[in-house]
This record gives sequence, C-alpha cells and structure tokens, in this order.
Amino acid sequence: MEAFTEFESVVVPLDRVNVDTDAIIPKQFLKSIKRSGFGKNLFDEWRYLDIGEPDQACSGRPLNRDFVLNQPRYQGAGILLARDNFGCGSSREHAVWALADYGIRVVIAPSFADIFFNNCFKNGVLPIMLAGALVDELFIEVNGTPGYGLKVDLRARQILGPGGRIIPFDVDDHNRHRLLHGLDDIALTLEHAEEIRAYEAQRRDRAPWLFRGVN
Amino acid sequence: MAARTLYDKLWDDHVVRDAGDGTALLYIDRHLLHEVTSPQAFEGLRMAGRSPWRLDANLAVADHNVPTLGLEHGITDPVSRVQVETLDQNCADFGIEEFRMGDPRQGIVHVIGPEQGATLPGMTVVCGDSHTSTHGAFGALAYGIGTSEVEHVLATQCLQQKKARNLLIQVDGVLAAGVSAKDLALAVIAKIGTAGGTGCAIEFGGEAVRGLSMEGRMTLCNMAIEAGARVGLVAVDDVTLGYLAGRPFSPVGEQWDRAVTAWSELHSDPEAQFDRVVKLDGGAVAPQVSWGTSPELVVAVTDRVPDPAAEPDPSRSEAMQRALDYMGLKAGTPIVEIAPDIVFIGSCTNSRIEDLRAAAEIVRGRQVAPGIKQALVVPGSGLIKRQAESEGLDRLFMDAGFEWRSPGCSMCLAMNEDPLEPGQRCASTSNRNFEGRQGVGGRTHLVSPAMAAAAAIAGHFVDSREF
Ligand code: SF4
Repeated sequence: MEAFTEFESVVVPLDRVNVDTDAIIPKQFLKSIKRSGFGKNLFDEWRYLDIGEPDQACSGRPLNRDFVLNQPRYQGAGILLARDNFGCGSSREHAVWALADYGIRVVIAPSFADIFFNNCFKNGVLPIMLAGALVDELFIEVNGTPGYGLKVDLRARQILGPGGRIIPFDVDDHNRHRLLHGLDDIALTLEHAEEIRAYEAQRRDRAPWLFRGVN
Repeated sequence: MAARTLYDKLWDDHVVRDAGDGTALLYIDRHLLHEVTSPQAFEGLRMAGRSPWRLDANLAVADHNVPTLGLEHGITDPVSRVQVETLDQNCADFGIEEFRMGDPRQGIVHVIGPEQGATLPGMTVVCGDSHTSTHGAFGALAYGIGTSEVEHVLATQCLQQKKARNLLIQVDGVLAAGVSAKDLALAVIAKIGTAGGTGCAIEFGGEAVRGLSMEGRMTLCNMAIEAGARVGLVAVDDVTLGYLAGRPFSPVGEQWDRAVTAWSELHSDPEAQFDRVVKLDGGAVAPQVSWGTSPELVVAVTDRVPDPAAEPDPSRSEAMQRALDYMGLKAGTPIVEIAPDIVFIGSCTNSRIEDLRAAAEIVRGRQVAPGIKQALVVPGSGLIKRQAESEGLDRLFMDAGFEWRSPGCSMCLAMNEDPLEPGQRCASTSNRNFEGRQGVGGRTHLVSPAMAAAAAIAGHFVDSREF
C-alpha cells in the first residue's frame, strides 16, 4: 500500500447526504476481476448523461456539466468534501478503488459508513471525520473560493487551510501508523502466527464442531 | 465476571490478541465467498505467494451474476461469465468448497450459509458482502468486509477489528397479523435512520423478536446494515436450535449436545449494560413502503408521501426533494395510490421458504393486475426452490401470472439479466432503494413479501393486513 504522510490538493464539494456505494461505483463495473481502472466510472450515473458499460472508453461520453466533478474549477481535486453517512450501503471495496484511482486521497465528512471507512485505510485513502458545523463552514468556503485547497498532514493530525487556519482531526493510532508507513496488513498479522495457532488449537478443543470432519 | 452483552461475549471469545490500542485480532470461524468481491483477494494471495490458512473454514458460491432463466445455456454476458468462472477456478486451485451453478445447494450466499448449517451460534462469520449481518440471527458475530479483508481472512484466518458499541433494539408486544419482520426492519430504520447504528452492534430483543421464526430473524438482522450497523444479533433460543438440528454442517450426536450446552450462554446477561437502548412497540408497527432513495425514507402503507417543505433540516429537505424527483412522486400522494410496474419477490432479505409462503397465500386463486408488466419470484436457493415446488407454491405463483425463476440475487442489484428499465417502478422485497440499484433510472419501493404480492394483485400498494 502507498504510504500517506502529507497531501495537498484542491477540494471538491459533494453536497449530498447518504452518498451510497452504488452511487460511487455502480454495479455493472463490479464485474471486473481487477483492482484498477475504476476511476473513470467513479460516480458514473451522476457524471455522465448516458448509461455506462464496463470496458467502455469514457473519453467520448456525454458529460453531465452540472455535476461537481465535471466543473473546471474542481479538475484535479484530490480531497472530497462530503456530507453525513458517506459510503453507506454495500461492502464493495471497488468504491474506494474508484476514488483512489480517480486521485482522491482524502475524504472529509461529518460521518462515514463503517465498512467504507475501514476499506479506505486499506487503500491509502484517509477518511477524516469533522464536526458537522465545521464541515458546513468548509462547504461555504469551498463554494465561495475558486481553487480552494487544503493540506492534510497525517503526522501532525492536522488540516492546514488558507490563511494559516489549522483544523486538528482524530485518527486512531493503529490506522495512522499503518498509513504513514504503507504497511502490509497481512504481513503484520502473520507476525503473530504462533498466537493464531495457539488460539486455533484451544478453539478446536472447546468447539470441535466448528471444524469440518469431526462428525 | 461482569455482566456482558451477547456481542461482548462473542467478541471476548474470539480475541487472539489484544493490541491494547482499542483493536484486537479476532479469529474467524467461517468465511463465505462469492464471485464479486473475491477475485482481487485471490489475486493478491497469488501475487504474495501465500496460501489459505484453513481451507475448511471457507465456503463459496456464485450468486450475484447468476442468470435466473435458461441456466442450461450458462451465463451469456461474457463479463459476468468471467467473474463466475474466476471463482470456480480460484476455488478449484486453492481447494475451497464451492456450490457451483447447477448444484441444487447453490443460491444467495446469505441464504445458503444458514440453510446448510454452515452458520452456527457462537461463530464469527464474515463475507465480502455487507448483508453478512444476516447470520447474526443465529447468535453469531457476523459482518461484511471489503476485499482486502477477504484476502486477510484467507491468509491469516483473522481480522484486525475495533470493537463496536452495544445498541439494543427492544421490540415489545406482538406484531399484527399481516405484519412481518421486513416491516419491523423498515420501521426500525425509519426510527433510527440509516446512520443510526453506525459504529454499533445491534442486538434485537423483546417479545416481538422472540416471536419471530429464524427466517424472520434473518430478515431483521439482514437489514441491520441499512440501519448503519455492521452487526445484527438475536440471542440463541429453542427456535434457533430447532432450525439448525439436522442441517448438513450442523453437529450431530454427542457433538450436538456439547454445542447446545455452549450455545445456551449466547444471550446478553440480564444486567448487561448497553451503550444505547431503543424501544419500539411491535403491536403498533404497520406494513411499510419506502418512497425515496434511502431505506430511511419509508412510511406506513396508510400514510402519504411526505413533504420536503415540512422538513426543518435544509440538507435533509433537499435530499427528500431529490428523492421525490428521482422517484417521480409528489408530496402528499397516498401510498396506496402508487402503482408499480414490476414486482420482485426475492433477495437475501426475503427469498426464504416462509417469505414465499406468505406471498403465495396472498396470490392464491387471484390474478396479477393488468397494469403490472412483470412479476418475478426468485427463490433464495435451489433447495428452497425445490421445497416450494413440493408444496405447490410455484403453481400458485404461475397460475396468478408470476414468473418462477432459478435462485440468485437477480433484480436485487441486477448484475444479471434482470434489471429495471429507466423509470420503471418496482415493488421489491430487497433491501436497498438507492438510485440505480435495480437498474439505471429504476425506482424501488421496499416492501415485505406479503405487501409485494398484494401490490401485484391490486395493481397498486394496499395494506397487507386487510388483503
Ligand atoms: S440478494 Fe442483493 S443484497 Fe443480498 S447478497 Fe445478493 S445482491 Fe447483495
């Protein structure tokens, strides 16, 4: 996984509550057996005027000019500002793959759905939860300031805004550490292989019916 | 020991290693796989040169892309076909048990786990699918995971987890005749909202929940995720044991007796403290119909489509208006005046035998209304399909004008050939009414099987209590 220490970018505001993973990446694109290439279909139904198909080139498709991602001032944005319960719905990691592939490395919202939140950390995307009033303020500032950008410093757990503004944020130590160092989760867990084996042995004693071939 | 909730007990029982920073490494007893969220996980394993930690903990099935018609021709969409073939190949390569297309045990992953007894009380059950919460109906700690975690479970039989808070939803009283677990699930979401359970494990308790069959409890836990909670739970009791006895993966003989003794602990202690308790009067729950594009946008069938202008929160009001525009509905319209084009009875929420019986009872001797363009019944598994046919339910449905299909996810998310067309309105027993969920531009109303069947007959929503 790509390490995350600092990230600076233009902010794109998505002013909707309950943005679900079906909206982030519609189902027809889940048929891919790859991890990459989802960025062009991020928010497909909102972004394009036609109906998207998997494996289709998107450069010639008619764009919905009203959708924020298509507005010139937000091109190249890598920070998504969102509303409550972002990422609700299915567990599809494709939603995070699509955001990351598009270039979004940070999502700021008042709240996130649990599975989506978790999936972000597995893919080098930092989800930041801020108080609702603060997010309201950011929406006003972003909307009112073309080119509005933020700098996110994971080490210091701070967002740096225009005019020297500092917004601290919370992130649990475990996820922060993994993200800062771009660690491989599986390798980390396998360091405890002995403990897993020991647990498994006592579980087999206590609940042998959970292991096939005991009947 | 201090009094613990059911969730606390399940958690404590699976901690391999407490990291001391609020997270723990949890052991996973059962891992269910399907074709959509597993290919990248297997690819990851291969790239790292790793192999599965414990094969017999895994069980795989293809469901999302499976056609529900003309199975003998296989999957015609080449992209869908590759995904299912990839699962077949991965399971064959790594030695994982899979119920393939054409196997009578094949079906929706959350239906076949319990049906086989592969979901047992006291287990941790995970799957790359958010509706894994379904399995919590058995007093198992079950939750959906992303693909990276699928790979992690395959490689280590563990997951790094942060403990959730305890939320008790207590439903007292008795559900009225014609009101089902689905109506209860929707009423709960209406009350606490789609983010109401975020960060929580929900335990459903109270007289109305105790009174539900296993099918009903699965429906309720299935939709815990729509209330924002990864985990839904119901304590183990005789109903649980009655369902599990004699299932293919269930223990037998002395093992069964030992298991039953262990499972008798799987309830919250009477003095256990929950972080939050929400109470509902089960007797007051009416049949529900969703009118918007989020499961919390739901009202009783006797109500009208709400008015966004009456919502004080501007962001919510705007979301309501956007939902109305998408759904092609006007504020103030009585729900019973809404006429669906399509009726879909199926999905991991409502495709079990009891759901089909409830719907069949309503359609018996009646005809699908002329305004309904298509009415589909998609059983949750091949075994349910057989059972229904042995009871003659297939004839009841077909005589009434329904189509009787083969098992799979089908129109719940329409990755197969069963999507809604743009603008079509569907009375659906599935769990999500998001924009485009059942097909681009499709409009979903979430209802119970009885409500869907009644709408098919009447040609518009009607109160299943009076039908
Ligand atoms: S039936 Fe629907 S919700 Fe359930 S697993 Fe299939 S697609 Fe997901």
